[in-house]
Order: sequence, then structure tokens, then C-alpha cells
Amino acid sequence: MNILMTLPQRGHRTVAALAASAWALPALAVNDLPGGPAVNQLDLHPPASKMAADIITLHNGMLIVCLVIFIAVFGVMFYSIFKHRKSKGHPAANFHESVAVEIAWTVVPFMIVIGMGVAATKTVVAQKDTSNADLTIKVTGYQWKWGYDYIKGEGEGIGFLSTLDVTHREMSDSGHPQGDDYLLKVDNPLVLPVNKKVRVITTANDVIHAWMVPAFAVKQDAIPGFVRDIWLRADKTGDFYGQCAELCGKEHAFMPIHVKVVSEGDYSKWVDGKLKEMAAKADDPNKVWVLADLIARGEKVYATNCAVCHKPDGSGAPPTIKALDGSPVVNDADKGKQLQVVLGGTAKGMPSWKQLSDTDLAAVVTFTKNHWSNKTGQLVQPSEVVAARK
Amino acid sequence: MSAVIDHGHDAGHHDDHAHGHPYGWRRWLFATNHKDIGTMYLLFSFTMLMVGGLLAMGIRLELFKPGLQFFNPELFNQLTTMHGLIMVFGAIMPGFVGFANWLVPLQVGATDMAFARMNNLSFWLLIPAAGMLVVSFFVPGGAPSAGWTIYAPLTLQMGPSMDIAIFSLHIMGASSIMGSINIIVTILNMRAPGMTLMKMPLFCWTWLITAYLLIAVMPVLAGAITMTLTDRHFGTSFFTPSGGGDPIMYQHIFWFFGHPEVYIMILPAFGIVSAIIPTFSRKRLFGYTSMVYATASIAILSFIVWAHHMYTTGMPVTGQLFFMYATMLIAVPTGVKIFNWIATMWRGSMTFETPMLWAVGFLFVFTMGGFTGLILAMAPIDQQLQDTYYVVAHFHYVLVAGSLFGMFGGIYYWGPKWTGVMYNETRGKIHFWLSLIFFNLTFFPMHFLGLAGMPRRYADYPMQFADFNAIASIGAFGFGLAQVYFFFAVALPMMRGQGEKAPQRPWEAAEGLEWEVPSPAPWHTFETPPKLDASATKVIG
Repeated sequence: MNILMTLPQRGHRTVAALAASAWALPALAVNDLPGGPAVNQLDLHPPASKMAADIITLHNGMLIVCLVIFIAVFGVMFYSIFKHRKSKGHPAANFHESVAVEIAWTVVPFMIVIGMGVAATKTVVAQKDTSNADLTIKVTGYQWKWGYDYIKGEGEGIGFLSTLDVTHREMSDSGHPQGDDYLLKVDNPLVLPVNKKVRVITTANDVIHAWMVPAFAVKQDAIPGFVRDIWLRADKTGDFYGQCAELCGKEHAFMPIHVKVVSEGDYSKWVDGKLKEMAAKADDPNKVWVLADLIARGEKVYATNCAVCHKPDGSGAPPTIKALDGSPVVNDADKGKQLQVVLGGTAKGMPSWKQLSDTDLAAVVTFTKNHWSNKTGQLVQPSEVVAARK
Repeated sequence: MSAVIDHGHDAGHHDDHAHGHPYGWRRWLFATNHKDIGTMYLLFSFTMLMVGGLLAMGIRLELFKPGLQFFNPELFNQLTTMHGLIMVFGAIMPGFVGFANWLVPLQVGATDMAFARMNNLSFWLLIPAAGMLVVSFFVPGGAPSAGWTIYAPLTLQMGPSMDIAIFSLHIMGASSIMGSINIIVTILNMRAPGMTLMKMPLFCWTWLITAYLLIAVMPVLAGAITMTLTDRHFGTSFFTPSGGGDPIMYQHIFWFFGHPEVYIMILPAFGIVSAIIPTFSRKRLFGYTSMVYATASIAILSFIVWAHHMYTTGMPVTGQLFFMYATMLIAVPTGVKIFNWIATMWRGSMTFETPMLWAVGFLFVFTMGGFTGLILAMAPIDQQLQDTYYVVAHFHYVLVAGSLFGMFGGIYYWGPKWTGVMYNETRGKIHFWLSLIFFNLTFFPMHFLGLAGMPRRYADYPMQFADFNAIASIGAFGFGLAQVYFFFAVALPMMRGQGEKAPQRPWEAAEGLEWEVPSPAPWHTFETPPKLDASATKVIG
């Protein structure tokens, strides 16, 4: 079985090197990303879990069977093409049916297919067995980022959002990207302990997304209103990358997944640190803010969450994405109007942002009301957001 | 238009008693002649192929290098969505209906289709439907951008073009259903005496079975898109979880249509190839009975495999196992067909004119698509490959190298019968080889991209995927140019009657009633049912 596993890896490096040198394409300076795609990768990712290794074995087995059938069938066909030609004077034979032959080439493929099915069955059953997990994580797909919540096991209570690095999105728009982790770098990676069975529950906030990490052979749709589970056990430490795998709107290509697998000791340290950090950051919703501070905070929230649709200059993309600069809703004397839109979303496509903290929401609404050409002078305190949620 | 050279009054058959011979725009708008309607379907299909191809060029232009250079991601998603919808519903399906219209009445010895006026409606409905699809780019919000599979709940976020597309799909569905009724009734009721079902050409069998598939599943698509429409505008929650709905139900309904749909798109190609290979091997089709049963098995099995498109939605283990086994089972009758075609070639006396090149090319490249389909059928492997470029590679191998190559083969094969002139053999060969080479250049690297994890429907991608994307884009442009070459160098001359005059039977070993009439086929043929020989391939007396 080892041969089956390593053949393609050994083979692909040679072929990739040949391919890269043979194709004198303008060389974009990029290297393999460990845990992510390799340059001109020809095969599945090197496995970081036993499940991924099993799937590679299954795939290699399928490739060999298909190759053998391919050579047999097309060997016969090309032989016939060369030998049974009118130009070579070959006369046409007369036969046009044979029950025995039909039975043979129905039964033999049928047996081959059964063999393949049997080989795959064990893996299918194993993939679905999420019982006895050491750690349970809830993954929520948003338009367009991932939310990770540690809901059972060491780290319970930790929750954060993971978004594509803002500079990468700008690089994309500029048309001149660079970097080995281009489109794969996030602000907050998911941190997992090595060698522990992790049950991953997927769901979504708005439309269907899919959480995929090829190195672990994990892919599961994140469906709004539903929870689905899958499991993984990383058997190596390191950084592993994936991307959203179900069309979810315009930023579908821009919501990557970064899983950082660390040793058990490092994981415990990270959990401690993270819990402390969350406790410290937990904003007191009763705090009374000064306008300038709240605007400054709001500018950061806007850049991370709103700018991708409403643009840094607030111009949006009318008619679907409203402009905030000069917006009647933003400039309305009744703060509740904008709060309702931001908390509840609209039927036309503005998602709800109720998952942001009261302080973040207060800050970003205050920012939009007092930036660009909007000069309402209004201040929305976090306590007003708390009230608006009711 | 002189696509069918009209020798109505002097080709040795008698005056048109039922109606005067129409000319000019009335001939086409009010057409009830299966040859004229067939021609219109084929021209429409080729036009849509070019439109869909233009959209593909846009996609490959953006994907040539990483980074966004030409389109924002929203527009890019519109390109991918409309490329899919236009190719499936505008190019492939109407193309095969064009073949059915031209050939089914000729091959069964009938004078026309059973319902000639409904035939007219079936075609002309497509024009406003296609117009709506194209126009959807220009309404506020642009064309739909939810993928050709238009999953809920993403479709609820689309602008008015989504409703336009739904309307268009309804119309095209109605056109397909009416066309299928026509084909079934014609085949079952209007065969010439002596042409039993088991003696008719396999092309008629594949279309008979395809027509049943169409009638069974187009209404299911209609259901799915109507529920999407009411969710969008009339307060229902079929697919919105907040109202108690289920997005996965959409997928079940869509793919219950969607899987038989892909067989609808390939079975007629099987029929075309089953006509070409025996002719150029100078040997009867091997295992005719077996081929009929295999086609029927494929069709029946196609109804019970739909959820292999949904392996990663989180279905229970039993579901995954059932759909995996059922899907892998379809490989068996498909393999049987491939073996039968090769057995037809075996110990024949082959020549390789352009139609045969397309048919053999089909065998080779379609089988490769079949292998990747078998690999995708394995649920654990699909976990890695679902929604990646591996799937894109697979379905383009079977749809382009399968359906489209089959159609090109059929155009070269029957073109002389339709137009009365031979195509230029050298140019035909150039078209074939350019298409085959550039096709493989475009789609083979996509297998690697998929294995490496590049997802579908991505406007931009990590830099490690750059080289294979660049190769694919170059291939795509070459492939597109090859089709433009085909139009100007082969199709247009044929339609204009420029070329060597075609004999009644340009291929010496061609058998079938279509070869028993002159080239070009007279406007009316078999006005009285022909007397047939024992094999039902020749007209006697």
C-alpha cells in the first residue's frame, strides 16, 4: 500500500519540474505553500490526516484500474485503426453480434465496479463517524468570512471571525498579486491540537458555503438553518489551507480557511491566552463613549466588515448596494432606522450584522453618520444598540 | 436562406398538394417542414454556441493570470452562470433537436413529424427565450450570478435577471416537452411498414429514449424554479430556513432533473456515433440489441443517481453508499456501448474521412470523461474533488468531447444530404485536429487544478495555480478560433452550395432510408410510405 501512496508524489515532482522548465511562461515568482497548494501541483495534497492518506490510496487504486482499462481498450482500438483499414486492403468482416461477448463485457466490468464499491465503503462509513470527539468546533459561513466557535472540549467559549487579509483583497483588485499565501492569509486562523479527533459542525448565516481543507480531506457544505457534522484528526502540526467550495456570491473566492495545528502544550497555552484576551476585550455595553473615540473605532470596523461592499469611500455599487455617503437612512434623525438595517439586514441582500458586538455596531454606525460628506453629529452608544436588539 | 436547396418542383416528385410552396420570410416563420425546422434549430444552436463561447472567452481571459484584470467578481459570476445556461439550454439541447427534426422522419420513412405545427411552435419559442437570457446582462444588477445550477438561497439575492431567466427556462422547457411529444409520436406511429422498432436506426432509439427522459424531468425543473420564483416574490419559504424551508430540498429537486438532463445531452450523440462508425468501418453496428438495452438501462439508472451531485451536503451514510453504488453501476452499460463501437470497428475496412475522425475522437475523449466520472462517483474521493476544477474538467470532457464532437461528426456526415454539396475534406480535417488539440490543452490541466484544490466559480486564485490556468486559457482561445474557422471555411460554403456536388450516397457503406433519397433531400420526402426490404434499410419497388 505504501507504493500506491508514494508513487504519484515521487512522480509528480519530476513531472512538475519538467513542466515548469518546458513551459517558458512568464515566471510569476511563487513557491510551494506548505499545507497549501504546490506550484503546478499534479495530485492531491500530501496528507495531514489518516483519512486523507486513505483517500489518496483509493484514488491511486482507481487511477491504476482506469489506466489498465484505458490501455487495454484503446490498445485494441488503435490496433484496429492501423490494421483494419481499407487503404491497407483489409476486407470488412461480416459479424455483428455475439451474446457470449456481450455477457462477458457486461459481467466483468460489473465485477470491477463492485470491487471499487467495496474498497470505498469502509472509507465512507469511517468519514461519517463523528462520535467520541475530543473537541467540537462550530464553523459558520458568512458572506464572506468564516466564524469559528469552540463549543465543547478544551477551549470552550472561544469564538472569533476569520477573514481574508485586507491587503490581499486590494492586491486582487490591483491585478498584480504576489505571495505564496495569496488569497489564503487570514487575520485569525483556526487553531487545533494535533492528534485529537475534532468534530466540525458546519452551518451558515445567509447562503450555502462549504468548508474545505484538502490536506485533511475535509469538505462539508455550510447550510443556513441546518447543522451538519464531519470530523478530522490532524496527525501533523503546521499550517493548512483551504477555500470556500460552494458559490456564495461575489466574494466567494475571497473567504479562505487557515487551520493552524499545534502541539497539545501549545494549544493549551493558546487557549489560555485567547480566553484572557476575550475577557479583556469584552466591551462593557454600558460604557459611555466620546464621539472621536467611537468614530476611530468605527473606522476599523467599517474597513474590516463594510468596505468590501459599500467601498472605502462609501459609494457602494448602486442600485443593489446603496451608497452610504449621502444616504438618507444614514443621515436620518432617527438612529433606529440605520440600526434596524444593520441589525436585521434587508430582503434585497444586505446581510444582518447582529453577530458583531454592541460596541462595534455602535461604533460603525456612528462612523458612517460622521464621515465622508455625512455630518450628522449623532452618537450611537452601545447601550442604544442593546435596546435596539430587543 | 438557401440552407436547404430547394428543388421543390423539379426533383421528380409531384406538386405540393396541401399548400403552395412558401418562399421568403413566410417559409421560415410559418415553417411546418421538418427539414426547414431542423435547419433553423441547427443555426440557432450554432449561434448560441458562439454566444456561450464568447462568455467562455471572457472567463478564460480573466483567469489567464491571477489577480482581477478585466472583470469584477460579480460580473465574472454572471459570465460563468450564463455560459452554462446558454450552452446547456441554447446550444446542446436545441442542436440535438435539430438533428432529430432532420433525421427522424427520414430514417423511419415518414413524410414529416407527427405534429408539424407544434413543431413550429417548439422552435420559435426558443427565440424569445434566448433573447431573454442574453438581455438579462443589461437589466439592473446584471445577469444571474448563482451558477447554472441556481441554488437557493443564493438565488434569493439575485436581481430581476433571475426572474427573467426563470421565465426563459420555463419557455425552453415547454419547447423541449412539445418537441419530445412530437418525436415519440412520430417514432411510435409513423414508421414505414416493415420498419419494426428493432430495425430502426439506433439514432431513432436514442432520441426515443431521450424524449421520454425530457418529458419526465423538464416539469421537475419547472417545479424547482417556480418555487424559487415564489420564494423570491410571493412570500413562500420553500428554500428559506428562516421560514421553515430547506435549501437542500432545492438541490434534490434540481438534480432529479439535472442528472437525467446530462444523459439527455449525451444519448443523441451516442446515436450519431452509432450511425457514423458502421458506415466508415463498412460493417454493421455490433450488438444492435445490446445497444438498445444499454441505452435504456442508462436512461433508467439516470433517475436514481442524482444525489451524487450532493455528496458533501451532509447526507447520512446510507444515502452516500446507495448513490455511490448506483452511480458506479451506470459505468457498466456505458462501457458496453464503447465496447460495441470498437467491436464494430474491429476487422472492418476503415477509412477516416472527417465524420469518422470525429466519431473516433469522441470514443477516445468521451471515455476519458467517463473515467473521471467514475472517480468522482467514489464518495470519499468526491469529498476532495467536489466543486473543484476536476468536476469542470470531467463535465467538459463528456459534454464538449462527447456531445459537441458527436454533433460535429453528424454535421459532416449528414451535411451533404442536407445541403447537396460536399464539405472540403482538408478543411474538415483541420477543424477536427485543431479542435481536438486545443480542447485537450484547455481541459486536461483542469484535472490537476482540481486535484490541487482549486475551487470552481472563482474569479481569482492562489498564485500556485497560475501556470495551468494560463495553459487552459490559451487552449480555450485556440478552441474558440477553431470553431470560427469551421463556420467560415466549412459551414458557410456548404450552406451557400459552394463545393463538389454530393451524390445520393456520398459514403459507400452508409445504410438507412435517408440515403435512399437524393442529395440535397427534396423538400418533401416519403409522401407515401416507402416499400422496404427485409432489413428496412432500402426502398424497393
